[in-house]
Amino acid sequence: MKDRNQQAFVEEAKELLAGLEEAVLEIERDPLNTELIGKIFRTMHTIKGSSAMFGFESIASFTHELETAFDCVREGTMQVTPELVTLTLASRDHIASLLLVVEDGLQVDEALTSKGNAILRQLRTLMPQAAEPGVAAKTPAATVSDPNADSQKSVLYRIYFKPPENIFLRGLNPANLIEELAAMGDEEHVVHADSPSVQEPEGADLCRSIYDILLSTAHPAEGIRDVFIFVEEDSELRIEKLYDAAPLGKDKWQPLLETMRASKGVPTSSLQALINETEGRREKVKVDATADGGTGRHQEQRAIHSIKVPSERLDKLVNLVGELVTVQARLTIAAMNLTDPTLTQIAEEVEALIAELRDNAMSMRMVPIGTTFMRFQRLVRDLSVELGKEIRLVTEGEDTELDKTVIERLGDPLVHMIRNSIDHGIESPDMREAAGKPRTGTICLSAAHSGTNVNVTVSDDGRGFDVEAIRLRAVAQGMIKPDSHPTEQELFAFAFAPGFSTSKEVTSVSGRGVGMDVVRRNIEDLGGKIEIASKQGQGSTFTLKLPLTLAIIEGLLVRVNDELFVLPLAAVKECVELPPWNARRGNGGQLINVRGEIVPYVRLRDYFEMTGSAPSIEYAVIAEVEGKRCGFAVDSIIGEQQVVIKSIGKSYKDVKGISGATVLGDGALALIIDIPVVLSTAESERERLLRLASADVRVESSGSLAIRGEAQ
Amino acid sequence: MAKLIMTVDDSTSIRQMVSFTLTSAGYQVVEAVDGSDALSKIGDSSTIDMLITDLNMPNLDGIGLIKNVRTQQRHRFIPILLLTTESQEAKKQEGKAAGASGWIVKPFNATQLVEVVRKLLK
Repeated sequence: MKDRNQQAFVEEAKELLAGLEEAVLEIERDPLNTELIGKIFRTMHTIKGSSAMFGFESIASFTHELETAFDCVREGTMQVTPELVTLTLASRDHIASLLLVVEDGLQVDEALTSKGNAILRQLRTLMPQAAEPGVAAKTPAATVSDPNADSQKSVLYRIYFKPPENIFLRGLNPANLIEELAAMGDEEHVVHADSPSVQEPEGADLCRSIYDILLSTAHPAEGIRDVFIFVEEDSELRIEKLYDAAPLGKDKWQPLLETMRASKGVPTSSLQALINETEGRREKVKVDATADGGTGRHQEQRAIHSIKVPSERLDKLVNLVGELVTVQARLTIAAMNLTDPTLTQIAEEVEALIAELRDNAMSMRMVPIGTTFMRFQRLVRDLSVELGKEIRLVTEGEDTELDKTVIERLGDPLVHMIRNSIDHGIESPDMREAAGKPRTGTICLSAAHSGTNVNVTVSDDGRGFDVEAIRLRAVAQGMIKPDSHPTEQELFAFAFAPGFSTSKEVTSVSGRGVGMDVVRRNIEDLGGKIEIASKQGQGSTFTLKLPLTLAIIEGLLVRVNDELFVLPLAAVKECVELPPWNARRGNGGQLINVRGEIVPYVRLRDYFEMTGSAPSIEYAVIAEVEGKRCGFAVDSIIGEQQVVIKSIGKSYKDVKGISGATVLGDGALALIIDIPVVLSTAESERERLLRLASADVRVESSGSLAIRGEAQ
Repeated sequence: MAKLIMTVDDSTSIRQMVSFTLTSAGYQVVEAVDGSDALSKIGDSSTIDMLITDLNMPNLDGIGLIKNVRTQQRHRFIPILLLTTESQEAKKQEGKAAGASGWIVKPFNATQLVEVVRKLLK
């Protein structure tokens, strides 16, 4: 990429393309929506204009024809048809690939060019004859003031202003208005007196002056009009585009001003003729080509409400904040050890500030999930056409914000899940009709906050899971015994097993049995979880439970032997002593009585097969995961701490039960416990043991309840 | 010397909003509850630099106030801003004829107000 402006153009163009896709998909449902047509046209126009400005001819010329097509649609000489929608989407993709090429600083190769030409050829067949390129350029319309003027470059305007006679008595002064114009660019004017006696406006009660103004500005015509907002209705005001082919310097205005001075109200066309005489014919052609432009970018006039920052800088910021959190923890420990009240107070203030800074930094990385959802409108449309199904995608909760890393990594799993719903979930229109459902199937994609999690659900009103088919398939693949009767949830879980597919045929979309296990792995890598709910004949719902952020968590620091562990505080409910009479040593399968409630617990010492012996009184950290409570037995509890999650590297990624590591204030390392994984491992172990020893379950009613689950 | 702006409105909240906004923007503001209150206060004070007035008010309405102010030599050319609602087009024309410089349609926001005041007080 050559320079930052070009980079900015590419970024902007990408955003415009995303918006374009949205608008095009919407227009397919609502083909007469003039607002949308206008939006599509403007997007094309902006892309064309700015790509030409940054020297990307390939994009500009391609977009030009598309723009022409939508100009026809705007004028009603062309209809929005499914073919046009398909071609527009293809064009959008083509522009996107052109952008990729220029972004890498490469030249557009022949294959891409011919692909673009193919699209354009098809597009031309849809267009009315008169609008074909070459004929499309209109006769010089530049004499008319054009409110859609392109704001990118300076345009020379001629403004003819005859204020209302009572303008002074209304507390307004033409001189101020002209001053405002002058602030917008280069300005010169001549004043004509309507009545020869009044030349000097100051002190005069009535104004009889006529102002003939030349203004070269990058502001659009309506920006100029705004200056006259309070007098426009009562004035004679003409704002006319004189020349916009190239900047025309003030030094070249003299002949124009002389003509304007010599003849009051000289027609603008005469002035244009004068310019063309001096500037030559070459430019005139350009006037024709650009005069039919549409709405430009007016955003520039708005105040800046948000700024764009490259995401690496945000990542860097978050990393630095992470380091800061670590140092702050050290400060807190040091202050505690020194027992100096002044230092302690400072440490506390620093802690509060850093907590706020951290929240702020994290919130900067939060982005709404809506943009990700948008991608799927296109996916659903393309796939349903390909498979001959009628499917509507409904999205909810687009404003829900998630850490950008989570969002980035959520795209692929969602693609898989939606493909799955389209292919396996939604039936063909005929089948749906036969089943008494509307022909058009609905896939609903929604996001919502739920505590420290965000739930993203993909639900469809399709055929749902065929529990019996899954069971038979699982038996056939040797995953379960023919005579076993697993629960629905257990059967659903097979959908995520590698190589498992109940699809009778392999389509181009899915059915190869890869995918759902990848989805599950991706989601688990994100610290999330998938749940399935399904009813045969009525549809399925996949719920992804995702953490809000990945970088920093509140943790509870605990110790076993000399090893430190962090339990994510979000899941921790309370800590209790684990008296020896409850701490039966065994291979898991232990329960503790927490105020009358029986809670299973896992001894981390046993789970990680650590040597050494436990102290006489252990502690249990009671955590709650998905409504289930479970204890973690540790030697001692050190305290709450913010921890910055560091990856422990590829070599350890298969270690179950550890989700990461963190560096503590004093430089020591602590491993972060992956609570759900430890729980499910321990649970299956306990169930195994309980099954083995089910005959030996005893409830001792001596105040402490214990189930002896050890294998005999 | 900060410019002195008078805001006339029978709604306390509008007055306060205008007053607060313009004071924050560096102007000096006096408030009046209706046209006659405004006139008596203008009588007391020296010269105001700008008048912002509502149209419908008890005692003396906005049009009457503007007409009266424009007859005062020292206020003949000051900017006068109307606060109108969408439905008051006829009234707005009447106001312009009486000598109003411009108008803001309610509801408006603080930024708009400051922009227009800056424009008119240039």
